[in-house]
Formats: sequence, C-alpha cells, structure tokens
Amino acid sequence: MNRNLAAIYVLWLRAMKRFKRSPSQIIGSVAMPFLFLIFLGAGFSAVKFPGLPPDFSYIDFLVPGILGMSMLFAATTAGISLLWDRQFGFLKEVMVAPVSRLSIMLGRTFGGITTAFLQSLLLIIFALFIGFHIVSIAGLFVSFGFMLLIGLVFISIGLILASVITDMQGFGLILNLLIFPIFFLSGAIYPVSALPSFIRYVTYFNPLTYGVDGMRGALLGVSVFPVWTDAVVLGVTALVMLALGAYSFSKAKAVA
Amino acid sequence: MADSIYVSRLVKRYGSFAAVKGISFRVKKGEIFGFLGPNGAGKTTTVHVLTTIINKTSGQAKVAGFDVSKDKEKVRSAIGIVFQDPSLDDRLTGYENLDFHAIIYGIGKDERKKRIADMLEMVELTDSAGKLVEKYSGGMRRRLEIARGLLNKPEVLFLDEPTIGLDAQTRRHILDYIKNLNKKYKLSIFITTHYIEEADYICNRIAIIDHGKIVACDTPQNLKQKLEGDAAIVKLESEESSNKLIAAMKLEKFVKSTRKDGLNLYVYVKEAESAIPKIMSIAYKAGIKVTSVEVHKPSLEDVFIYYTGRTIRDTEAESNERIRGIMRSRMR
Ligand SMILES: Nc1ncnc2c1ncn2[C@@H]1O[C@H](COP(=O)(O)OP(=O)(O)OP(=O)(O)O)[C@@H](O)[C@H]1O
Ligand SMILES: [Mg+2]
Repeated sequence: MNRNLAAIYVLWLRAMKRFKRSPSQIIGSVAMPFLFLIFLGAGFSAVKFPGLPPDFSYIDFLVPGILGMSMLFAATTAGISLLWDRQFGFLKEVMVAPVSRLSIMLGRTFGGITTAFLQSLLLIIFALFIGFHIVSIAGLFVSFGFMLLIGLVFISIGLILASVITDMQGFGLILNLLIFPIFFLSGAIYPVSALPSFIRYVTYFNPLTYGVDGMRGALLGVSVFPVWTDAVVLGVTALVMLALGAYSFSKAKAVA
Repeated sequence: MADSIYVSRLVKRYGSFAAVKGISFRVKKGEIFGFLGPNGAGKTTTVHVLTTIINKTSGQAKVAGFDVSKDKEKVRSAIGIVFQDPSLDDRLTGYENLDFHAIIYGIGKDERKKRIADMLEMVELTDSAGKLVEKYSGGMRRRLEIARGLLNKPEVLFLDEPTIGLDAQTRRHILDYIKNLNKKYKLSIFITTHYIEEADYICNRIAIIDHGKIVACDTPQNLKQKLEGDAAIVKLESEESSNKLIAAMKLEKFVKSTRKDGLNLYVYVKEAESAIPKIMSIAYKAGIKVTSVEVHKPSLEDVFIYYTGRTIRDTEAESNERIRGIMRSRMR
C-alpha cells in the first residue's frame, strides 16, 4: 500500500478507535446541538417566521440548521485534538513518519468528518422522534453531501488555527469567537430574510449559510439559493480551505 | 561509504538563544555514537534537528546520506527514533501503537505481525499488548517506544535518553539488545544519555557536549587516557619513605606526576599494569618498603568532570527532578 494512503487510513482508523472508546466525547459533542434542537424546537414551534412556507413546522426548518451546527463543531474537535497531540507528544511520532504533510492533514480531516457525521446521524434520529419528517431519501443523501462539505470547510479552519496557535486557551477563545457568529449568522435557526439587510450581506460571506441553505433545499425543497449554487459555493470554499489547511499544516510545529 | 550522520558547524537558535553553537561530527556506518552532556546541553535539540522535527538555523547536517532540510522524507524513511519525551497515543493499546506505526511505514500484514510479536517479546510486553497505554506504567511506556522505534528496521537509530526511568535490569537488557542489533545489522546508533556507565558500556565513540558545544569527542578509552592516565597507588610504611620515593619517581620518564595522600602515593602513568614492576624495582633499589600496590583506572566520570567542570551527579540531581516530571506526564 502506498505510504501516504496508509497514513490517511491509519489516522482515520485512530480517530474511529478513539471515538468508539470515549462515550463521553460522543455525548459531549452531541449534547449542545441536541439541546438547541429541543429548546428551540419547543420554544419557537408557535412562532411564524416571515418567508417560511406554511406547510412546514419549525422543527423541519430547524433540523438542517442543527446538523450544520454539529458539523461546524467539528472544527473545535479537530483543532483541540491537534493541540492535544502536540502537547502530549504523539504529534512528533506522526510528523517523523515518511509521508507527506498533506496526507497527515487529510487523515485527520477524514477522521474528524466521519466522527461529526456519525454524531449528526444520531441527531437526525433524535429529530425523527420530535416531529422531523424526511420527505425524500434522495434529498437525505444530498444533505449528507452538504454535511461532508461543511465538515471539510470547518475542520480545515480548525486545523489552520491549531497550526498557528499553540496554546489551548488562546485557541479556545478565538475559535469560540468565530464559531458563534458563524452559527447565528447562517440562517440556521431563523431565516436569513428575517435579518436587517446590512447583516444579511454578512451572511453571504459565511460558508455555513450555503451549507444550511443547501440542506434545506435538499430536505424540504425550499431554499434561498438554488441547491446547485449552494453546492458550488461550498465546494469551492472547501477546496480553498483544504489547500490553506495543508499549507499551514506543513508549517506547523511538531513540538510544543 | 557515506557517513551515517554528517554534521558540520550546525547551529540551532531559539530566538536569540543558541541551543547548539556550531557543532561538527560524523558517525560512521555501524557505529554507536554517544552524546553525553548535562541538562540543557543541546542533546535533544540536536536529535530534533537530525530527525527533521525542527529546522536548523545554519550549518549542514546529513543523515543516511540525505540532507535533513532538503530531503526530509528520505531522512524520515531511513531512521528510527525514541524520543526523550512521551510520544505514544495512550488511548490506543500497546499493540495498536505498534501496528499503526508499521502500517504507516508500509510494512505488509504478515511481516507486521511477526515483527510486532518479536518486538513485544524483546521488551517483555507481550502480555500487556492488548491494554490501553494509559494503563501502562512509565517504564512500560518507555519499552513500548523502544519497540516502536525498531519496528521499521531503520538504517540509523536515534535514542534520546532511552533508558531514563527504567530499572537496572531492564536497562541492561535493552542496552544489550541495542548492541546486538548494531552487530547483527551494522545498524548505526546515535544515543544521548546522562548515564556515564551506559555511554561507556555501549558507545564506540562519545562526544561530550556542554552549553551547545562539543568539548571532547573520542573513543571512551582515548577520552580516559587523555586525562592524567592510570594511577598506581603505592602504600608505604612511613612519611619518610614516601618522600624518598617521590624524589626517585621525579627522575623517571614514564611517570607523569605524583600525589601524596597520607601514606598512599599516587603515581600517575600512562598504563599502570606495566608501570608497577618498574616502580617496585626502583623502590627495592632505594630500600623503600612497599606495603601494597593498587591500580586505579580513570573513569568516564573523571573525564566528564574534567571537561564540564561538574560531576554528573550535580547534573543528575536536577535531571531526577525532571525524570519525575516526565513520569508524571506519562502517568497523567
Ligand atoms: N522550544 C524551545 N524554545 C526555547 N528554548 C528551548 C526550546 N527547546 C529547548 N530550549 C533550550 O535549549 C537548550 C538545550 O535544550 P535541550 O533540550 O537540547 O537540552 P538537552 O541536552 O536535551 O537537556 P536534557 O538533558 O535536560 O534533556 C536549553 O537551554 C533549553 O532551555
Ligand atoms: Mg534532552
């Protein structure tokens, strides 16, 4: 087997084993989106947002947003795990391996995506119990595609930050400062059209906006942009972020 | 034949602080080369530069014939390394740590199984291979790291204080294994250590490094000989005969110097065994009665003090603190 492919595979497999062995991590990462789903779903079920088609319940509207959130959080997990590996020395072992930095970065990214994807699947199952409807199976699979792209974009961002910032506190601070605006200004919990026009422009520069919109298009058949536009914008962003991620990872320090 | 390691005027600076200040040395193929030095001397920094973990500031360094800055990937595939600080994934089992390493190095399935079994046997971890590393003791982790470093059958092996924190028995066991590998495969080994006996026992050549500079580099024997040499300790009956013998010794060419310590007279010579008969016959001719004679060989410890101005114990007191620190972080 090609060494670079082997490295990608091993790092992915490692992420899976660690995931399986730490139920607390699974619960911890799913808890926040889950609570948002429950509380927002219950709280806003009676509120009518302008621009929301009348035959959809708020839960239907909310679920794509929450899935976006769950994939967005993969940025934190991926970044922290890189910092952790550097702190506790395992990164040295990975970095002296005779494989390209790109394959190390990809291995970590795929590991993170798979983990976040499994967590999102759990959320979908929960959602079904509280009134979420899957309209079409094909749409479900398209939304999986969007979830993976969202994961690619934000895990890359997490790895870029963790390559540059070496202390945990600084990393946590900056990432939280990024993540919450990204989440709230993406149309995840209310339609972008409900925002004042000035802020609405900001949302157009937010990759998550296209991810959530694409998933709504795929799952509910309603979206602000055509689904293929969402896919192209998000796909291109993912490629750019991946390239940036690979670059900063190649410059990343192996020791603290 | 290219050198296994070639280092010329290597400098590594952290900001304005130079941790390595222009060192040069070569390690020949099949040689065990030791880096002996007190805390903060620059041993780990050198290892990290040579293993492509950090970039050098200036100078030249080649490992297995490849430049450590330009041919990183080739260097990486030619080396094995045991880091000073922990480098295991403790949420994986011992076996998985080894297996993942072997997969990345492109070792096929059957070969992998066989080598891992051999290595586990060597470091006596066969029974604990299925346990998560977080449940390992500090010594078990160290042994696992050593097994992992050898798994990809490297051309050049780097060992950064490999036996730190191990009990004497395991230490000896591992040193013998390393020696054996070196003999069997002509494996070149670069080892850093605090333990003088260890360096003496295992190394073909030793560099003593202090404050980022190599202050001496030679075989253990030559390093020792460069000092005062051997001492023949001659025990005499009286002060008077002691003075008499000193006077007689001053005339002899084979005697480097003498030192009186009570009734013991230290006669420094190149080699004590061949000097003793001469000393005895001189004493006999001068009518001096000798009670007993003893041979004192200089130790590497003496060499270390000579070049660094410290005993290794001074530096060891600090390093024990550090070992405990490492162990704590390993225990985490
Ligand atoms: N990342 C770093 N940033 C700044 N200074 C560093 C860094 N790493 C090491 N140093 C300094 O460089 C010097 C050499 O350190 P190094 O770790 O190479 O010593 P060593 O010989 O391995 O010591 P020890 O026996 O304690 O392991 C020390 O003074 C240390 O403080
Ligand atoms: Mg060191």
